[in-house]
Amino acid sequence: MSYLADVGALARKDLLLELRSRDTLPAMLLFVLSSFVVFHFVLPTGTDRLAAQGLLWVAIVFTALLGLARAFSAEREQSVLDGLVLATRDLSAIWFGKALSILAFLALAEVVALPVFGLFFGRVELRTVAAVALADLGIAAVGTLLAGMAAASRARELLLPLLFLPLVIPLVIGGVGATVADHPSSYLGLLALYDAVFGLVAWGSFAYVVAE
Amino acid sequence: MTRALRQQRLPILAVVACALMAAAIASIAYVAPVDANQGLSQKIFYFHVPIALTAYAFFAWGAWKALRVLWKRDEAADLESYVAIHQGVIFGVLTLVTGSIWAKISWGVWWAWSSNQLVLFLVLFLFYAAYFMLRYSVDPGPQRANLCAVYALFGVALIPVSFLAIRLANDFIHPTVFTSNGPQMSGRMFFAFCLSWAAMLALAASLYHVELAGKRLDSRLRELREVLAR
Repeated sequence: MSYLADVGALARKDLLLELRSRDTLPAMLLFVLSSFVVFHFVLPTGTDRLAAQGLLWVAIVFTALLGLARAFSAEREQSVLDGLVLATRDLSAIWFGKALSILAFLALAEVVALPVFGLFFGRVELRTVAAVALADLGIAAVGTLLAGMAAASRARELLLPLLFLPLVIPLVIGGVGATVADHPSSYLGLLALYDAVFGLVAWGSFAYVVAE
Repeated sequence: MTRALRQQRLPILAVVACALMAAAIASIAYVAPVDANQGLSQKIFYFHVPIALTAYAFFAWGAWKALRVLWKRDEAADLESYVAIHQGVIFGVLTLVTGSIWAKISWGVWWAWSSNQLVLFLVLFLFYAAYFMLRYSVDPGPQRANLCAVYALFGVALIPVSFLAIRLANDFIHPTVFTSNGPQMSGRMFFAFCLSWAAMLALAASLYHVELAGKRLDSRLRELREVLAR
């Protein structure tokens, strides 16, 4: 029980901070909307509708990257992370709380972005929504851990995309497949498998990222 | 006796690797039959596939050493894990190059997105190239060992998941040599293949030990310099 209390308190802290400062979420929203406008001009007239559906996943991955780049900035600026490491009973709770808040940001951004995407590029089907929800779990799990790694390095913002993009390629494959393929169920299964495998690895290894 | 063997491990390994390599090349040329469809160009198979399997072996070895860093707090394992991944990336690039040459000859294009293994190696190459970026942007110490170890462990989870994903996304043009019914090769082909795989592993193991010895010497030298400067 105390573990969940830690997780809840940490996630609440991030959401409260965001509510007061409004740093990340408006930036993510604006980014995802402007990337849709870019997509419109990227796709030549007469392009298949499927191409736009694929581009949706580019927008999701890069919007997530934008949010993740700032995930540990508050902790880093005033060395809050050291305090958290000392105060938390189980270090993986820091990862869990942060992943939950990242998931919330992503979900909020997509609640706006998906209808707008549907408006611009044609209907968003239910299976796309299911794939986006499953992919968000994986993005939050892996992204939080990698953001923690990048925060510990000198390169920081520069490093995160390099670590993140190769790792989310299976998510992109699963997401695009679930969006455009005739039989989306195996792709949704792949997304769920990714979430389970990488969620466990990230949960189990986060303690080593923050502690020495 | 065993101590003398251990001290002479590198030269022995190098000699074994040279002998195996010579035997492998001879058996590829004279023992293995010429492929009925692809002709002489199929012989690159005896390099391409062993190189790819050796790269996988090194990624797995690097992850095993990474696990030892986290689990047993084995400080020496950090350098071993790094060197294994470095060798794995070198063999991974060689896989991409040999695969690309083979694709050009048999399919007429330098790069085929429909080839699952080539795409997987490209993803792995990007992933492990980022490993070096990570390693060189963190100061040496226990935290760097931890970060690199965690990232290397992600690699072994990424290989099967990506493989599954890429396989799902593609039709199967890439020849599948190992199926659940055993290897689809004649006995002479299989012999040449195994010999060249053994040669490649021995070569890679000697390269691994050369690099490890060099890196250890480097850090020893640095320590001595620090002592002298004091």
